[in-house]
Amino acid sequence: MTTEAATIGLTHGGSEDTGLGHRGPESKSIVVPYGFWLFVLSDMVLFSALFATYATLAHATDGGPASNQLFDRNLVAIETMALLVSSFVCGLAIITAKRANMLWTQVWLLVTGLLGAVFLFIELYEFGKMIGEGAGPQRSAFLSSFFTLVGCHGAHVTAGLLWLGTMMAQIWAKGFQQHILRRLLCFSIFWHALDIIWVAIFTIVYLIGTLPA
Amino acid sequence: MTEDETDLIDVAPGAPHNNIMSEVTAYIIGLALALILTGVSFWVASTSVLWGPGVAVGLVVLAIAQMGVHLVFFLHITSGPDNTNNVLALAFGVLIVFLVMVGTIWIMAHMNANMGVSPELMNLQMQH
Amino acid sequence: MFGKLTWDAIPFHEPIALITSLVVLLAIGGIVAWVTVKRWWPYLWNEYITSTDHKRIGVMYIVLALVMLVRGFADAIMMRAHQALAVGASQGYLPPEHYNQIFTAHGTIMIFFVAMPFVIGFMNFVVPLQLGVRDVAFPTMNNVSFWLNASGALLVNLSLFLGEFARTGWLAFPPLSEKAFSPGVGVDYYLVALQVSGVGTTLTAVNFVTTILKTRAPGMSYLRMPVFCWTSLASNLIMLAAFPVLTATLAMLMLDRYLGFHFFTNDGGGNSMLYMNLIWVWGHPEVYILVLPAFGIYSEVAATFSGKPLFGYRSMVFATLAICIISYCVWLHHFFTMGAGADVNAIFGIASMVIGIPTGVKIYNWLFTMYGGRVRFNVPIYYLIGFMLTFVIGGLTGVLLAIPPVDFVVHNSLFLVAHFHQVIIGGVVFALMAGYTYWFPKAFGFTLDERLGKAVFWCWFIGFHLAFMPLYVLGFWGATRRLQHISDPSWAPWLHVAFVGAAIIGLGIVLTVVQLLYSIKTRDQRRDVTGDPWDGRTLEWLTLSPPPHYNFAVLPDVHGEEAYWTRKQTAIKQDQLIKEPDYQPIEMPVNTPTGVIVAFFASVCGFAVIWYIWWLAILGLIGAFAIFVWYAWRDEHEHIIPVEEVRKNARERRRIRMEHLHKLSQST
Repeated sequence: MTTEAATIGLTHGGSEDTGLGHRGPESKSIVVPYGFWLFVLSDMVLFSALFATYATLAHATDGGPASNQLFDRNLVAIETMALLVSSFVCGLAIITAKRANMLWTQVWLLVTGLLGAVFLFIELYEFGKMIGEGAGPQRSAFLSSFFTLVGCHGAHVTAGLLWLGTMMAQIWAKGFQQHILRRLLCFSIFWHALDIIWVAIFTIVYLIGTLPA
Repeated sequence: MTEDETDLIDVAPGAPHNNIMSEVTAYIIGLALALILTGVSFWVASTSVLWGPGVAVGLVVLAIAQMGVHLVFFLHITSGPDNTNNVLALAFGVLIVFLVMVGTIWIMAHMNANMGVSPELMNLQMQH
Repeated sequence: MFGKLTWDAIPFHEPIALITSLVVLLAIGGIVAWVTVKRWWPYLWNEYITSTDHKRIGVMYIVLALVMLVRGFADAIMMRAHQALAVGASQGYLPPEHYNQIFTAHGTIMIFFVAMPFVIGFMNFVVPLQLGVRDVAFPTMNNVSFWLNASGALLVNLSLFLGEFARTGWLAFPPLSEKAFSPGVGVDYYLVALQVSGVGTTLTAVNFVTTILKTRAPGMSYLRMPVFCWTSLASNLIMLAAFPVLTATLAMLMLDRYLGFHFFTNDGGGNSMLYMNLIWVWGHPEVYILVLPAFGIYSEVAATFSGKPLFGYRSMVFATLAICIISYCVWLHHFFTMGAGADVNAIFGIASMVIGIPTGVKIYNWLFTMYGGRVRFNVPIYYLIGFMLTFVIGGLTGVLLAIPPVDFVVHNSLFLVAHFHQVIIGGVVFALMAGYTYWFPKAFGFTLDERLGKAVFWCWFIGFHLAFMPLYVLGFWGATRRLQHISDPSWAPWLHVAFVGAAIIGLGIVLTVVQLLYSIKTRDQRRDVTGDPWDGRTLEWLTLSPPPHYNFAVLPDVHGEEAYWTRKQTAIKQDQLIKEPDYQPIEMPVNTPTGVIVAFFASVCGFAVIWYIWWLAILGLIGAFAIFVWYAWRDEHEHIIPVEEVRKNARERRRIRMEHLHKLSQST
């Protein structure tokens, strides 16, 4: 197998992959990210079930607080910026990793993680505040679905940060080997996908949910 | 298995190059577009620029646009022939997401409407 | 310290459960002792438990399925016996609390731990061989998937010894499954077991879709793949898309039960109808996950035993993909009566009828495959014909049920029960038995005894009809499902016939075990020397039986449909094999204990969650994460099979094939 530095990515540069099957099995650098892409899509279906639940239960407030009374758009804006910039920075990390630059890769990955942590911190603060005000998930079906949808995304971000930390340690210990680069690419796919889901969340839950009635 | 980079016909934005600057450029353009679309979303939601009932639709359209920017500029999903499987998988995923969400919302709206309870009583226990 | 777990968890007051538990524990103990005395643990550990070989993993899945079939069937015969007795004045022998657990366990086990593992086991064993490759895309993940499934099965079975199982039916509808109405651990066993095995299943889906789309032998374009691979692709696509919905829905029910959320509760704004909707969004595609590979097996069997190519290959592919998509558009037919109204019911009713059309196309294709062929009446063809007679009727009752006004009369009656057993047994079980007979020689190097195989078939065919035809009649007369007591004495004769039918099926299961043991004992009489005992048409028959670890010495070049058949016919005509290829050393993935250890921690964590032992749950999670990081840190992923070994095995295969070729050309 030749040096694969130029060929990782969801697209294999120049390969003819229209299913004609001329070449036999694809290389790992195509197979692994594709498999992970499928997993990410299945995760999107999981979120769609939670979104559908949220849409159904959005007005089931049981006389309790409703969405337009609970959400602070400024906090949401900061969370959104944090996640978006961390997605961008993650992309930079992939670029420097392809060129086997240890210092910059670790720097960009660290920034990715820190911004992700900022996002989580704000989210946990928001949750804590709501629970303190009696608007916890046990209060009503609407709140159950809110905490579960947004909380599930937050749980994915948390898992992502654990994964990121492990990747940073592995790169440090083992360098930029092929299988480690593939895993890093999978992490970046995951991280970008989480930002896509956040776009849906802040639009539907926080923006549409706080429109003047 | 590795083929010559010069065999590439079309290179859509977001497809990996060997040139560090054009790769970074792709990410910067993606970030800029995403920032603009996000900003517009927040703005649309807080002003009355759009006709009231149309705001939700406008926000959804902007969200889809933002997702598209992520897919193309960050995830490198392009329309090249080497991307067909990726696009097909995405299309399948989008179809399922659509069926689950729209199907559930449609069905549950009908179920709730047929509960035969007055709206005020409904809101205490369920939803309208 | 131990949460809710106390000595009361042991079923001292339920003699049936207690005695069963003791017998099972003794049996397990006996097997463990026997394996230890024979010193088979190292062999089992290296060759099966830690194996990343898709063939071994496939065998393990099927062993799991067969063992769980015994438990699931035991539940069934208990129900049939009870219903035959509990008519009029008699109360039968199972109190409602126990009876309800039995029908719940029966459904849960049969779907999740018999049908699914059996189907997945076949896909594991066959698909890489038919695609002409060495293994699936992610061999270690394959191993992990199996052990997570096994962990789920373990948890469900633990409920027999400790605590109780759910009493809610196999889909655990709220509000009955909520804490307020099911305060015990039963529903928690159900939820945790399914969540753990659900992770395994989702990973399987990722694995197989990637394998089929991205790793095939050179020259094998999509339209040159065997139909079984197409149906496996469709089934795994459905799996990939449906199981996340199950995970989300069961998670929401768990949140309701454990943390007091209000998704489906009666108070706080909860909506139990939402659960019905979401669970059937998963539930309907689930049955297509099971039936599509079954259809694939029938395609292979029909072509091979008719000596003809499959009729209408492209229409088969198209029908398969159509079923794949439409299966996502019919789920509401499971709750027509819940009140969505005529508009919604009509759309889903029409969609449910439409899905019968591609299925009908397939039936015609199998019929036309057999027509004009030289049909060999081996056991698999018996099952194919039995399927066509049985499944068609089941499908017709399905179309009947798809009409909402009709469904309003027979929803949740024994008519429905008869319908779904007809399509599952006639469709899925018969295919699994056919596939078991068909591919057994490939896996183990000898065929199963034919006479006993035919006896098993007749037991299933006759037993099924006796057991379920009366239920259609009873359903029309108003008998609902899950009845612990029957008040109308005129129903008794029908229930007695049904019991006899179930007993005959039981005989079939016993004979299956007898067939296996007898076949092993007399295996030298039926050795599969050439690797192609059925005159097969697809690439798995190219290898010897059993195939070497790496399947093919050199990946076969595929030049048309029916890759193996054309190659074989050319060899027969020219009376020589293809030119000997250039052998290379082969890289294969190493074994790994990751799967079994992760499953161990998943079981520990699951058990702890069920019994509210929080410190143990956290330990389990940490353990699972730690083993995962340990696995990720390893440096050796592959081992090399030296070229001498490859060459030696390949030359041996060529020698045997040449001999067989000479014999063939002498006889023609």
